[in-house]
Amino acid sequence: MREMIVTELTQAMQELSRGFAHILPRIIVWAIIAFVGWVVAYGLRVFLRSILRLIKFDKLAENAGASQLLTRAALPSATELVSRFAFWVAWLGFILLGVSVLGIVGLQGQIARFFLFLPRLFVALFIMFFGLLGASFLSRAALLAAVNANLPSPRLLSVSIRTIIIIFVLSMVFEEVGVAEQTMLVAFGIVLGALMLGLAIAFGAGGKDLAQQFLEKRLVHGKKDEPKEDELSPL
Amino acid sequence: MTEVRLADESFLTDDFLRQLINVGEVDILVGVPTHNNAKTIGAIVETVQAGILKFFPRERAAIINADGGSRDGTRELVASAAIDDAQRRSKLYTLRTLHSISTQYGSSPARGTALRTILAAAELLRAKACSVISPESTQITTDWLTTLLRPVYSEEFDLVLPTYSRHRFDGILLTNLLYPMTRALYGLEIREPYALECAFSGRLGSQFLAQNPWHDETARAGSEIQFTLAAIAGQYRICQSFLGTKEHVDRRAADLVPALRQTVGALFSSLEPNFSLWNAKTGSHPIPTTGPAREFTLEPLRVNRKRLRGMFSTGVAELESVFQSILSPSTLAELQQIARLEDFRYSAELWVKTVYEFAAAYHKSVINRDHIIQALAPLFRGRAYTFLVENGNGSAADVEDNIEALCLEFERMKPYLLEIWNGRE
Repeated sequence: MREMIVTELTQAMQELSRGFAHILPRIIVWAIIAFVGWVVAYGLRVFLRSILRLIKFDKLAENAGASQLLTRAALPSATELVSRFAFWVAWLGFILLGVSVLGIVGLQGQIARFFLFLPRLFVALFIMFFGLLGASFLSRAALLAAVNANLPSPRLLSVSIRTIIIIFVLSMVFEEVGVAEQTMLVAFGIVLGALMLGLAIAFGAGGKDLAQQFLEKRLVHGKKDEPKEDELSPL
Repeated sequence: MTEVRLADESFLTDDFLRQLINVGEVDILVGVPTHNNAKTIGAIVETVQAGILKFFPRERAAIINADGGSRDGTRELVASAAIDDAQRRSKLYTLRTLHSISTQYGSSPARGTALRTILAAAELLRAKACSVISPESTQITTDWLTTLLRPVYSEEFDLVLPTYSRHRFDGILLTNLLYPMTRALYGLEIREPYALECAFSGRLGSQFLAQNPWHDETARAGSEIQFTLAAIAGQYRICQSFLGTKEHVDRRAADLVPALRQTVGALFSSLEPNFSLWNAKTGSHPIPTTGPAREFTLEPLRVNRKRLRGMFSTGVAELESVFQSILSPSTLAELQQIARLEDFRYSAELWVKTVYEFAAAYHKSVINRDHIIQALAPLFRGRAYTFLVENGNGSAADVEDNIEALCLEFERMKPYLLEIWNGRE
């Protein structure tokens, strides 16, 4: 009995040693890949940070309104965030590449899916950034045009344009990354529909005089002789 | 042997080139850019013809009409203004040739392209002295031709800019920004840096034609002021000639933003390439001037001051987020303070500080450059309101004194512009 236990233990130890001897080189390869990955990712981070500083990416992010969001969320600058993101994505990629060398059954599929997801993630981030940039530019353009045309509530107009564009961009981003596609689509439709209906009701009920004046001015010529005052000629 | 360099005529139509080749060479060229000016163009072309017959009968001359797609028969009116009729009317006869050519440079008006067409024609015809006449100048007389062209043709000036007798409230952008800032930067007392009428030498025209970035929208839009700045930068000989009364043009407030783009945008964009020219200049000096540098008329004018004040106050309140990117916190705070007052004064010092901070923001492109120019409009209205209030009961001399004081303030605060030009981010 005792001899049997010793034999079994010895056998188990030998198998364990064999298994360990079998996997050790793979772990070493994984560690080397992870280390090389860290070096590459760190290099990428430094390189990307320099490029982004060179092209004044922070200013671009500020124009897009992204910097304000980051500050509110107590996050680092846009340049730092992007370079850190690139570092982690690159290193994680290398780590997962190393894991696939280990030959753990079941993980291979997950790793492949992760690599397939990366392009979509980048596209989503691209859409997000340029969407925010576009929203900021167009809302400011609308604000300036409304102020210079002496329209009522210019800031409301500007914020509305910004909100609509951001909602549109977010729906595109969620669709791209495949998060709650249907929910986002329905939610977007509901929000946009409600907004348009609200605006129509507000214009019809609250601004009927304005609408009447506008239409009269456009369609009925020479109906009213408004007192004419000179405008200053700037040049 | 002199090097012969012809204009880049690729943008000119074949028909126009053929007509220019038929003309050969000229001594005098008068360019008239038009777009739907049928009401005035006939009389202007007749006056130009009469002026040439009267003052330049021994010179070969051409009138070039660059049209931006008129649909009211403007080009036909130019073509039908026959020289024989002008000779019969004036009983003066030219001893050389006087041609009249009309060309359409595009289907929509673009002043920059019109000027480019006239400059290219002047270079191809090797004109010695050229003049541009605005199609809206209904008060033109035959004397304008000699007043503008003679200094170039006989006295070797390269650029003759006009001075006018204007209503004291006309051209507020000129008197409150363009003239004082150009003067403070470049040290020359040029009253009308944005001139719709001017005369220039062939060499200045050729140089500007070759150097101006015509593909750039800003350069094309502000070509008139760019032309003046190119003459200053090239250290050409510049003078001013008094043309008489400039009629008050009734403009809608909506014209302000395009006017700012054409003038202030062009002035701001010229600061970068000309930095070495203006950064070391201090003070200013007058340029040779024939007649008075400026006259003001004082007849009453109904101006909606309440609207100006309202648009200033609304602008300061609504554009706070935009101004935070452009202005320093102290300037913005001062503006917000005066915008809350019922009867405010936008002081010369604050106005100069504002303009210089806008110029620095434009240079650094803190936001889109066109947005920076648009954001200046409500603040300009505030300054215009103050100018109206301060000069409401003033004499012509008082108005002139106020403008002079503003110019000196621009000169005094020039070090501030240099400080923020490369300093504060």
